[in-house]
Amino acid sequence: MIALPRPSFRSLAVWQRNLRVWRKMLLPSILGHFGEPLLYLLAFGYGFGRLVGDLGQLSYVAFLASGIICSSALFTASFEAMYSAFTRMANQQTWNAMLNAPLVVDDIVLGEVLWAATKGLMSAMAILLVATAMGLVADWRALWALPVVALSGFTFAACAMVVTAFARNYDFFLYYFTLILTPMLLTGGVFFPREQFPEWLQGLTYVLPLPHAVDLIRPLLTGGSLHQPWLNLAVVVGYGLAGLISATALIRRRMIC
Amino acid sequence: MRVEQPSAAAPLVVAHGLCKRYGEQWVVDGVDLEVRQGEFFGLLGPNGAGKTTILRMLLGLTPPDGGELQVLGEPIPARAREARTRIGVVPQFDSLDPDFTVRENLVTYASYFGLRGKDLAPRIAELLALANLEGREDTPIAALSGGMKRRLTLVRALVNEPRLVVLDEPTTGLDPQARHHIWQRLRELRDTGTTLIMTTHYMEEAERLCDRLAIIDAGRVLASASPRTLIQAHIEPHVIELLDAPGRAAGEVLAARGAGVRAYRAGDLLLLYTATPGALLEELDAAGHRYLHRPANLEDVFLKLTGHELRD
Repeated sequence: MIALPRPSFRSLAVWQRNLRVWRKMLLPSILGHFGEPLLYLLAFGYGFGRLVGDLGQLSYVAFLASGIICSSALFTASFEAMYSAFTRMANQQTWNAMLNAPLVVDDIVLGEVLWAATKGLMSAMAILLVATAMGLVADWRALWALPVVALSGFTFAACAMVVTAFARNYDFFLYYFTLILTPMLLTGGVFFPREQFPEWLQGLTYVLPLPHAVDLIRPLLTGGSLHQPWLNLAVVVGYGLAGLISATALIRRRMIC
Repeated sequence: MRVEQPSAAAPLVVAHGLCKRYGEQWVVDGVDLEVRQGEFFGLLGPNGAGKTTILRMLLGLTPPDGGELQVLGEPIPARAREARTRIGVVPQFDSLDPDFTVRENLVTYASYFGLRGKDLAPRIAELLALANLEGREDTPIAALSGGMKRRLTLVRALVNEPRLVVLDEPTTGLDPQARHHIWQRLRELRDTGTTLIMTTHYMEEAERLCDRLAIIDAGRVLASASPRTLIQAHIEPHVIELLDAPGRAAGEVLAARGAGVRAYRAGDLLLLYTATPGALLEELDAAGHRYLHRPANLEDVFLKLTGHELRD
């Protein structure tokens, strides 16, 4: 039986510490948020989109933009909760300094997950801005996508934090990328509709959180209709809570010993 | 549960039978400690004796496998977070935040205690002055010398105006000048009524700073008292160190004669302990041997209690 996390408001000090560092490197940070996903959007959307044509009512670029908003949140949040959090935990002694103050592991894990979710949200917002400027967003309902993106970022970060809890070095994260993140990205409905896959594969990959995030976020951006929003939300929230609870328990065991 | 504040007379730290085991090895093995208000308390022992583990236990960062522990009236580890609001910690390894400048380090660390706003600025100016780091507020951590980093780490621990300051080998790796600066600051803290607990493997440091100390080896407290009491209780007041082979041979002969002389072989030294050195010194002088005559110190106590050197 693992003890549930009991974080306090001091989690916000962890979040704020990371924000303070981010602000110091504002320009490269923002460039990073816009840069790569934007290139994907342009290259695939226009290069590839010509070959694909439209998907039902939807142009391929609009389809792709809503997908890349999800994958950008996924990768930004995961990166932050793995590479950056690991640096603060293992190399920079940042977490040890926090543990000498009245913070506990539960605060640190929640603060880091919230921060990684925030970065995921920022990267998604950057793309949303570009997509809006390109006329790829249907209507004001798109704003509803933002809390869902934030929630998904939380979930992706919490899951990545579980990996960080086990990591002994940076190479370890490649397992997660190769075995989980990349397959989830390719089968999650980001680049093309999941219906292209055989049914057994659709079913198998539907247990992962990304397709549920995409199913929620895409219709909100492109003016489509939500099919099973409660199931989608339940899966995303479930992964988020399970990730946070396990990561907290594992990192407690690692640091409080 | 409401926990009562300790009165002025009550000890700040009370430990009974503390134990910690890693695998088969007991790194802390039945430690009893009591640290009183306003005291400078030392944990003296070689590397690997369990000093750092004991400190981590006091902070609630290592859950004990046995025993009872109260710090600042709070049961530990159950209410370690509450205790840590009133504790300052100087860790053994640098944990300054390399993403920040000197000032940002203090501001950020203060935020972990919930301290922010306009009351904080004068406090931080005060701490920068205390660390002799005025004019370096905007220096990145990587550009500081080892001594500056230590000084910053020390004042960082004071940001919450702690009642208890816990230091893990605060001067290890520092040059003598930097060490003296830290010592001076620690004495000033003690003079203002702050309680301090320090681990060290430098017997000189323990002897100079500590009101009371516990000698620790292999996870146990071997003796606990003031440095002077420890020396008086365990060691003859005079020590003669014989520094070369002929001297050592002569020393062994003198010791074999009995008559209040105790010999101890430590590496390439022979140590003679005695309360009445006069006749011994005359004989060694007459034979022209090289020796060093000095008062007994904590190193001698440690040697006697453990059978091995403190390894400075």
